[in-house]
Amino acid sequence: MKFSIRNGHLVDPANQVDGVRDLYVADGYVVGVGKAPDGFTADREIDAGGQVVCPGLVDLSVRLREPGQEHKATIASELDAAVSSGITSVCCQPDTKPVLDNPAVAELIHQRALNNDLCRILPLAALTQGLAGQTLTDMNALKEIGCIGVSNANADMNNAEVLRRALEYASSCNLTVHLFCEDPCLKNDGVVHEGALGTRLGLPGIPATAETLSVSRALLLACQTGARVHLSRITCAGSIDLIARARDHGLPVSADTGICHLHLNDTEVDNFNTQCHLDPPLRTETDRLALLQALSDGVIQAICSDHQPHDNDAKAAPFSLSEPGASTIEHLLGLVMKLVREEYLTLVDAIAALTHHPAAIVMPDLGRLDVDRPADVCIFHPGKTFTIDRRSMISAGKNTPFDGWELPATVTHTLIDGRLVYTVD
Amino acid sequence: MTHANIQLDENGHLKHFLSIYGLDRGLLLSILDHARSFAGVGDRAVKKVPLLRGKTIVNLFFEPSTRTRTTFELAAKRLSADVLNINISTSATKKGESLFDTLQTLEAMHCDMFVVRHANSGAAHFIAGKVAPHISVINGGDGRHSHPTQAMLDMFTIQQHKPDFTRLKVAIVGDILHSRVARSEIHALATLGAEEIRVIGPKTLIPTDIEAMGPRVFHNLEQGLEDVDVVIMLRLQNERMCSALLPSEHEYFHLYGLTEKKLANARADAIVMHPGPINRGIEIDSSVADGRQSVILQQVSHGIAVRMAVMAMTMGSLADTPTLESRDEV
Amino acid sequence: MDVSKLSLDDLISDMAARVDERIRSFAEQTPVMVGIHTGGLWIAAAMRERMQTEIPLGELNIAFYRDDFSRIGMHPHVSPSNLPFEVEDRHIILVDDVLYTGRTIRAAMNELFDYGRPARITLAVLIDRGGRELPMHADICGKTLSLKAGEHVKLSGPEPLALVVKENG
Repeated sequence: MKFSIRNGHLVDPANQVDGVRDLYVADGYVVGVGKAPDGFTADREIDAGGQVVCPGLVDLSVRLREPGQEHKATIASELDAAVSSGITSVCCQPDTKPVLDNPAVAELIHQRALNNDLCRILPLAALTQGLAGQTLTDMNALKEIGCIGVSNANADMNNAEVLRRALEYASSCNLTVHLFCEDPCLKNDGVVHEGALGTRLGLPGIPATAETLSVSRALLLACQTGARVHLSRITCAGSIDLIARARDHGLPVSADTGICHLHLNDTEVDNFNTQCHLDPPLRTETDRLALLQALSDGVIQAICSDHQPHDNDAKAAPFSLSEPGASTIEHLLGLVMKLVREEYLTLVDAIAALTHHPAAIVMPDLGRLDVDRPADVCIFHPGKTFTIDRRSMISAGKNTPFDGWELPATVTHTLIDGRLVYTVD
Repeated sequence: MTHANIQLDENGHLKHFLSIYGLDRGLLLSILDHARSFAGVGDRAVKKVPLLRGKTIVNLFFEPSTRTRTTFELAAKRLSADVLNINISTSATKKGESLFDTLQTLEAMHCDMFVVRHANSGAAHFIAGKVAPHISVINGGDGRHSHPTQAMLDMFTIQQHKPDFTRLKVAIVGDILHSRVARSEIHALATLGAEEIRVIGPKTLIPTDIEAMGPRVFHNLEQGLEDVDVVIMLRLQNERMCSALLPSEHEYFHLYGLTEKKLANARADAIVMHPGPINRGIEIDSSVADGRQSVILQQVSHGIAVRMAVMAMTMGSLADTPTLESRDEV
Repeated sequence: MDVSKLSLDDLISDMAARVDERIRSFAEQTPVMVGIHTGGLWIAAAMRERMQTEIPLGELNIAFYRDDFSRIGMHPHVSPSNLPFEVEDRHIILVDDVLYTGRTIRAAMNELFDYGRPARITLAVLIDRGGRELPMHADICGKTLSLKAGEHVKLSGPEPLALVVKENG
């Protein structure tokens, strides 16, 4: 199948492209940018006039809930939702049931993804067996079957000795370690940011130090072990300062933040709004603005959806008893474009944070559109608004904190490996 | 984002009583006024008025509490309502039945009001958001969040002794961090216009940013009690002891236990309150608890009148807006 | 008729004389007077000044006994009932301003019985305007009025006491 994508505004930050260019795709690969290769005849022409054409989005942290929690969501349902937001690759966290700590579970996920034949799944293998924070997994075997990194999901890695050894071993296997930083002792039974609103509502708080202490520990151990560490879902201004200093000293550490934390702050949990019960918790407005600044400054490189679909019962409970997380995957692009519209981010920085930068962390071949790269492409209409309605979501998880929000962009086409997997037509 | 206040109906009447926060001064004063009217009922030959005859009130207690449940039960019975007590241990709900299922079962029994006590903050709000429109919900204490009837009975007790809230300095002493009573009292005192609210305790028991709710924070009891008109001592749960929060009962009593000597720092006519049950010798000395300035037993008897007032007001809110004529002539 | 032409002073004096007479005819029972909040209390107080018998006065607020609570809800300001005497075995002079449907008197008697068992209740009202929905009868009545449907008579006070008839809008 050959496509010509004409008249679109091509944004490809990896190649410093930001202008009207035609894009030519054949047999799964990009074959021409700006001009068609000799003798090229398209099977299908897409007129992208007035639209943005960019690499397919790479989402560094999602939960697909399969295997084990199919009552919340399935690989099929969530990949449908992903491609509707122009996402072409998702990194799924290993906290499935059973845990993705052995090749059999990785193989199962791989097979389900093949059956579905939509979005790429880039699995993160468990860093420790059962995510128990004690025994290392067979990282090399997991890598050979296709896991692109290791992660302990949101589970406790509180034993610094185990963390040190895990970093060393992963480094030997040439695997990037994705670390979620939250000190379990300081978190305690906390469910919201520790601050004035949590105090008023009587909800146990998670202090910012639960994250910053854990970040500083991760940075020190990354420095000692030489492991490649990616800090997953950073929320605090204090963490940004620590990461910036480490990077200034030459530590090759990367970081991402979740889309909810770029739009919402801790005041959203007022009236015990369980849709805003997240882990990590929503932080202060100061933190939110610092995260946006860190994305512009390059201290934080990527924006992920931190997609956590839930069944309705999971949120229909008193706040502390409700399950944390938000269903965000299908609104990722629109929510980021809202930040562009509000001038927190430039279009190029925003696209880079969704494509080239996260791809560089997990699979550098993706997230860019130079010739001979896989043709993962997202085309969206930057002027066509879209209003979020919980009831008509594609994801099986209807738990969005953004119900009723108007988003300033709508995806019109998604291509993966040169195949059209989503179109609004 | 603004939410309509779930506690009020479209006419601004009290529909649910979930937290002091969100209610205005007029409404709090009206609760106190009604409580005064109901206070006499307990002194009569027949300790009942027929106001809620035919109504069914369910005491839905997910957390054990004999005291609070008893006063709610007595209040409901004095209003001639039928009372059903249901104690659901949280372990039972964990075994499968969700809170939502429990509610639906009870609604099917045609109940009119739930009095809810639950170990998790926000449980009463959650239930109020789920019940059928004709049902009122009263919060009998949820987690660390709110215990509004306790706060109002304390305000009633204060008002009996010190009618003008705007001239009062009130100190709340002890475990503010875990206390729903303290949070509700702070809101009530602030709404009623208290001149100064203080919280006194070690840093481990004072929640972050409590100042945003209005009070001044003291870590020294003697200093914090200076010139206050009302001292509210909080109960210290045993499980707080010998943990990272507090080293020992002995040290706590030494620093924060209320003795006659420390009480001398307060105004000479200051009253001493405690929501009960009292830990004598831990947060308060017996000579103070039983002393001349103590109003602790009055608090208990006021609890019934205040709860009658709140039950009558919330059930009454379901009525149509009354016209002057229909009120004046029967 | 024009109620403003009625001399309330004369009506109340007349009622007071008849109450005195009634108290004497049941002399074996100690009398007390109970006014229904608020108009009944004003009338009771005014009668008491004119009576020969020294008699204790109580106040009854029937808000908690109304049969229309589920329809109209709580009255915003309920001043508590105050009966500073035993009700048991007393002769109670129950006083109200206007007798209409009879429901107020029903509620008042229910409340009185929650304080004890009176030996006798005598009902004294300033105005009987008809329109009974319950079988109630005043033993002593200042004046009987026949009002049109939709008209309401209202007492204002306590100083000065005055009657007005209002159209119900």
